[in-house]
Amino acid sequence: MKFILHVNGTPRQIDVASNTPLLWVLRDELRLTGTKFGCGVAQCGACTVHLDGEPARSCAIPVKAVKQRNVETIEGVSGSVAEAVQNSWQELQVPQCGYCQSGQIMTAIALLREIPRPTDSDIDSAMTGNACRCATYVRIRKAIHDASSSIEGK
Amino acid sequence: MTRLRAKFRPSRRQFLQGSAAAGAGLLIGFNLSCSSDSPGQGPDSPGEEFSPNAFVRIAPDGTVTVYSKHIEFGQGTYTGLATILAEELDADWDMVRVDAAPSDATRYRNLYFPEVPGIGPIQSTGGSTAMANSWQQLREAGATARAMLLAAAAQEWGVSASALVAERGVVSHGGSGQSATYGQLAGLAAAMELPKEVELKDPKDFALIGTQVPRVDVRAKSNGTAQYTMDVYLPDMLTAVIARPPRFGGKVASVNKAAALRVPGVVDVVEIPAGVAVVAEGFWPARTARRALSIEWDDSGAETRGTADLLASYRQLAGQPGELARQEGDAETAIAAADRVVEAEFVLPFLAHAPMEPLDCVIRVDNGECEVWAGSQAPTVDHWAVAQVLDLPMDKVKINTLLAGGSFGRRATFDADVATEAASIAKAMASERPIKLIWTRQDDIRGGKYRPMYLHRIRAGLDSDGNIVGWQHRIVGQSITAGGILDPGGPDTTTAEGAATLAYAIPNLTVDVHTVPVGIPVLWWRSVGHSHNAFVVEAFFDELAAAAGKDPLQLRRSLLAGHPRLLAVLDLAAEKSNWNSPLPQGKARGIAVHESFGSYVAQVAEVSLGAGNAPVVERVVCAVDCGIAINPDNIRAQMEGGIGYGLGAALHNQLDVDGGRVVQSNFHDYWPLRIHEMPQIEVHIVQSAQAPTGVGEPGLPPIAPAVTNAYRQLTGQPIRRLPLLPNGADAVNPSEVKQ
Ligand code: FES
Ligand code: FES
Repeated sequence: MKFILHVNGTPRQIDVASNTPLLWVLRDELRLTGTKFGCGVAQCGACTVHLDGEPARSCAIPVKAVKQRNVETIEGVSGSVAEAVQNSWQELQVPQCGYCQSGQIMTAIALLREIPRPTDSDIDSAMTGNACRCATYVRIRKAIHDASSSIEGK
Repeated sequence: MTRLRAKFRPSRRQFLQGSAAAGAGLLIGFNLSCSSDSPGQGPDSPGEEFSPNAFVRIAPDGTVTVYSKHIEFGQGTYTGLATILAEELDADWDMVRVDAAPSDATRYRNLYFPEVPGIGPIQSTGGSTAMANSWQQLREAGATARAMLLAAAAQEWGVSASALVAERGVVSHGGSGQSATYGQLAGLAAAMELPKEVELKDPKDFALIGTQVPRVDVRAKSNGTAQYTMDVYLPDMLTAVIARPPRFGGKVASVNKAAALRVPGVVDVVEIPAGVAVVAEGFWPARTARRALSIEWDDSGAETRGTADLLASYRQLAGQPGELARQEGDAETAIAAADRVVEAEFVLPFLAHAPMEPLDCVIRVDNGECEVWAGSQAPTVDHWAVAQVLDLPMDKVKINTLLAGGSFGRRATFDADVATEAASIAKAMASERPIKLIWTRQDDIRGGKYRPMYLHRIRAGLDSDGNIVGWQHRIVGQSITAGGILDPGGPDTTTAEGAATLAYAIPNLTVDVHTVPVGIPVLWWRSVGHSHNAFVVEAFFDELAAAAGKDPLQLRRSLLAGHPRLLAVLDLAAEKSNWNSPLPQGKARGIAVHESFGSYVAQVAEVSLGAGNAPVVERVVCAVDCGIAINPDNIRAQMEGGIGYGLGAALHNQLDVDGGRVVQSNFHDYWPLRIHEMPQIEVHIVQSAQAPTGVGEPGLPPIAPAVTNAYRQLTGQPIRRLPLLPNGADAVNPSEVKQ
């Protein structure tokens, strides 16, 4: 079936089975490989993208359900919050293997856009769906706080 | 600057000869560097470049490319190796980039690993050896390059090399005021003779080692551009998934492919030794068609026992003496004469590695040549295995090593399982189209190669003063190496390491081992034998201390006089955690100390009780001695990671097998540790002048016993079985332990 998706600000036409998860459209069709496959069942968050600004697990969203919503991936994410998050991720040397980090960063950006000064428990509830097998959690927490202060400081 | 002389040993010299070659062919992946204004094109830039040995290449634009013989799968290996070389080269870190070395064991073997019969030396990453085995090699490689750059400048300027100074990629001559960058000198340096010997720096002059050099891979890993095997897309590439037998050792009896072949996008369904492969235009059609396969399995050669059956047979075996792994004095007699005897059975489950990037491999076979893209810990084994399957000479197979999204041991196999599957599919397809093989998470959790399940029986005797007079430790489980290409013979070290190496001065001691053949494939899992032995030994030790009415720290200290490095980390962790200060009601501290892979780690865990009396690990203080700290921040990161990985397993993970079928299948029933369960972690690094040892694994072994030792104080119940909260259960695993 043919679909038009709005990805990172650009309309993209694709022709796939209608139950194909958004994740595999992004990866196999559009070659946006920053969004990762980790579990395929909405349990790890490696595939997190933004749908109209909300974090969503692209492995569990069939392409036909995306409709007119804007899809934003790690390749397209921008703005002061995104920049602050990615900077503090580097500053604190968060990634180890790095495979989960696109998803972590996408969720963290959505969190800070909604709650600019998150508490530890805000971070826990927003980030708990993003698993990191390398257990970089201590630094993820700190990087979110740091990003928050750096935006505030501006 | 004082420089220590180091003569090349002949065996080393061969590794320093011959330059690195990225080779022809399609270049996938890219060099990684910490600098955002990416330096020039390295290998492709014009002008003459300088590659004095297999580990470094200096381009005319000054870019220094370090070739890593070890994979980067999260442990900071690329950065650490480049730091060692760049230190002796006096390179400008901003100009350093790292690229994966090609698969070539003659130049890139792991110097610590034995030759594998039938294959020879192997290029492989594991056992926390990357820094340790490369330390001297890369120092020499960097110093050689530096000496040749100096010689080139000296010749050019007509001055003595000893009058030159090299700093941050620039050679200068104080007398004449002349200076030149390494890039400018590259062409000239290439014509210099390889020095017979080089001088290595005095560690007090290190400028990069011991500082917080930023990791070369972090920028790419923070913007989605880091490229893993999963991200390789070649023109015309197909995607394959495999239906594997539901029981280990099962075979395909018959397969009906019709429905699968009707799924749009499916190209073929082929039988391979591992099962039935569905090959399609993308992942989704492949995975959809796999569900449409109908396969009869032949279980005549399969393992049909479950974990409960195995546990019962292990328990029986534990009643009989096993193969002796260590003996001191006469433990039997000492315990018989003891004032008090403490005895316990410990049970540890099968564990999957579950690296975040599921297993994968890309292969292209075309016109008698094969190219592979994979994140393998042992490229030589993949190389050899793929050549075997395709019946090609090794030099017709090219292996590209990419970043891997975690491994924890899973990507270091004896049988190159994933690459072999990919090659088998390529062979069966006989198509020149490249193929990407993807394992789903379910394939991974159910796919075997687990940390073995173990049953331990341990007893010890105390005299009337509470001294430990005898210790008997028996371990029952599968061997990781037995019968395979790396079987060293004798009592199985992968079972006994960390138990047979018990550091405490106990006069009478035996450790013995039963190695049980079971048809469930097993493999090394982060810290291997130490992953279970440290828990048993350190948890049991605390039970003894409690029985003797002694402080667990003081009892440990009193028995570690012969192990100053262990004692030092123990003392450091105790001091930094304020071991002797009281904690508020409802909180307790537990301590554990362990040596693994030549590194020494002690941890103090602060634990409280949460809902349903589940343990809440609030804080961990960790002390580590890994010799010279190449990159202190990365050492901290690895301690954090080892603690989190070990804690996740200790709290939640267990694989059950029922009638030969693995019960768990994905992260909903094989829980990864999540952010709300991660304790605060404080890492203290011991200053050391010893050669560096690894940090990828040693942070893991002490965490489980540190936590359970604290937890036992809160509940009064010894913990002799892991996990505490199986796969997310909110009540503690009821102890099934018979006394
Ligand atoms: S891949 Fe989507 S949540 Fe894991
Ligand atoms: S950095 Fe490896 S899984 Fe998160």
